Amino acid sequence: MNHLGTNFYEAVSVILFGIGFMNLLLQNNLIKKFIGLNIMDTAVYLFLAAQGYIFGRVAPILTDGVIDASYYVNPIPAGLVLTGIVVSVSVTAFSLALVQRLYKHYGSLNMDEIMQLSREEEGE
Amino acid sequence: MEHINWIHNIPFFSIFLAMLCGILTALVKNGRVAYKIHTAMILIVGIMSGILLVNVSAKNEIFTFMMGHFPAPWGNELRAGPLEALMATTFSIVMLLTVSGGSEFIFNDVVPEKQPLYFIMLNALFGAMLALVYTNDIFTAYVFIEINTIASCALIMAKGTPQSMVGTTHYLVISLLGSGLFLLGVCILYSITGHLLFPQMKEAILEIIKTEQYRMPLLVVTGFMFIGIAIKSALFPFHSMLPGAYHSAVPTSSGILSGLVLKSYIILGIKLIYCVFSEQVMDTLKITDVLFAFGLAGMVMGSVYAMKERKMKRMLAYSSVAQIGYIYMGIGMGTRVGMTAACFHILAHAITKSLLFLCCGKFVEESGGKEKIYHMRGAALRNPVAGIGYSVGALSMIGIPLLAGFISKIYFATASVFSSGKMAAVLIVLGVSMVLNALYFLPSVIAIWTPEKEAEIRPRPSISPAFAVSIVGFIILNFILGICYRPITHIIQMSIELLVQ
Repeated sequence: MNHLGTNFYEAVSVILFGIGFMNLLLQNNLIKKFIGLNIMDTAVYLFLAAQGYIFGRVAPILTDGVIDASYYVNPIPAGLVLTGIVVSVSVTAFSLALVQRLYKHYGSLNMDEIMQLSREEEGE
Repeated sequence: MEHINWIHNIPFFSIFLAMLCGILTALVKNGRVAYKIHTAMILIVGIMSGILLVNVSAKNEIFTFMMGHFPAPWGNELRAGPLEALMATTFSIVMLLTVSGGSEFIFNDVVPEKQPLYFIMLNALFGAMLALVYTNDIFTAYVFIEINTIASCALIMAKGTPQSMVGTTHYLVISLLGSGLFLLGVCILYSITGHLLFPQMKEAILEIIKTEQYRMPLLVVTGFMFIGIAIKSALFPFHSMLPGAYHSAVPTSSGILSGLVLKSYIILGIKLIYCVFSEQVMDTLKITDVLFAFGLAGMVMGSVYAMKERKMKRMLAYSSVAQIGYIYMGIGMGTRVGMTAACFHILAHAITKSLLFLCCGKFVEESGGKEKIYHMRGAALRNPVAGIGYSVGALSMIGIPLLAGFISKIYFATASVFSSGKMAAVLIVLGVSMVLNALYFLPSVIAIWTPEKEAEIRPRPSISPAFAVSIVGFIILNFILGICYRPITHIIQMSIELLVQ
């Protein structure tokens, strides 16, 4: 339990990841499915941000002349978060565009229904 | 300034050229021009990769290329050895043959104003695959995995039919699950090793194994990453995205996706095994055994599903599932001989499956869009080039001597001798799987060569020269890999030894 207290953010982010993952996998509504994707990705960013921050340290920008490394935090996790956000934004945009086209054609957001309609169409 | 080694710039330049052509193509309005830019780019990359292959395999060297001006533990790196060069060369050749042979499908099936966009995606996909092959940095690998995913989804939906959109959605969702798991794995791995570059990570992981600290997180991370890669490369229980996607896509896209894209993830996996986790760690964590079991299951189940299928393209998609099973079986043996067989099968499957998809696309087109195998009767007689291509591809997949598929099966069988406790399983499943392969491929070959009963007199379709050249190219490649396979397996063996160091 002690470990859970110290790694509070990490534990929460892994739980969030699980929620997002299952949403993306099992949710039938396409919009909610891709909301699940965003929860999943955001959980990973929370994990990285929590790992990258050390209490009492500052961003590695030299302003008051301190060159001691223990005064600063590692900037790479923040960089990774930014890269990840770019990736997830583009994936989300792509998926939503796809969902919109599916909705225009089938008039539904339910994946099962769409699969059903598509099979019927193909069977003709 | 020190002497610049031009050869060492090839990996970076190949990726850069592919991405640059993607940007240039965005300015082009005409599909034909975009096609020319694309093929010229692949030709240049192919030649450069060939030069790189000859150089690194002659010198027996593996080198790293520093990106930007930050040295090793901080900067970003590419790394190339004989394996990477061999894969890049094969990818270029297969891509060139598939795109040039399948150009008619692209121009017929994709709306004219979207054709340049299709080629942008092909350029991005090619660049991303090269980056996955060459990268030495795990986060770069993740980013290019996502680029690969988006580009492949765009290639599937290029046809614009409702079916292709449904297929794309399915493919996208499953792929995103895979890359999500991989991303979480990367982040946790970064937090326990403190590095993103492969060699530094490897040192840290060996330290973790020695001190027993963080052993459990390491197991979880390895699990996440390899399940992620397995999902992306459609290993058996995660294969459900393939049939719908390949069935509804343009045949050229299906050929590239099945022949190359799935393989690029596996190559990343192989690099992770040797350069990050090391054989010893994979063995202690029992990850190889898990991959082995799923590989065996995939070999049988893929073929069983393929037998049940009446539509040719879906049958080929399920056959890919079985072939991916073979590759994972080779990786799962946990020996270098097994890995050699797996790498050889990557090449063999790449040149064969693209050929099969192109020929199948031609048959479907000629039978007026009907896709079931019994609609294809006499298709080979109407179009002998595609018929011979399909037959050679099918025979190679079954494992007939003189063809590429035979050699990889021989290597799998021989490799099984060296992995204790797995020999019986490998040999039995290999035998069963080959029989199953024959059971679903032979009827389709017989069907295409059987004349139609009520022979309607249809005009003989004209066979475009580009299609004929690419089919003949694939057939020749199949025979080359089936007959002169020694130098290639030698390069693979050598490169695995180099990767381990």
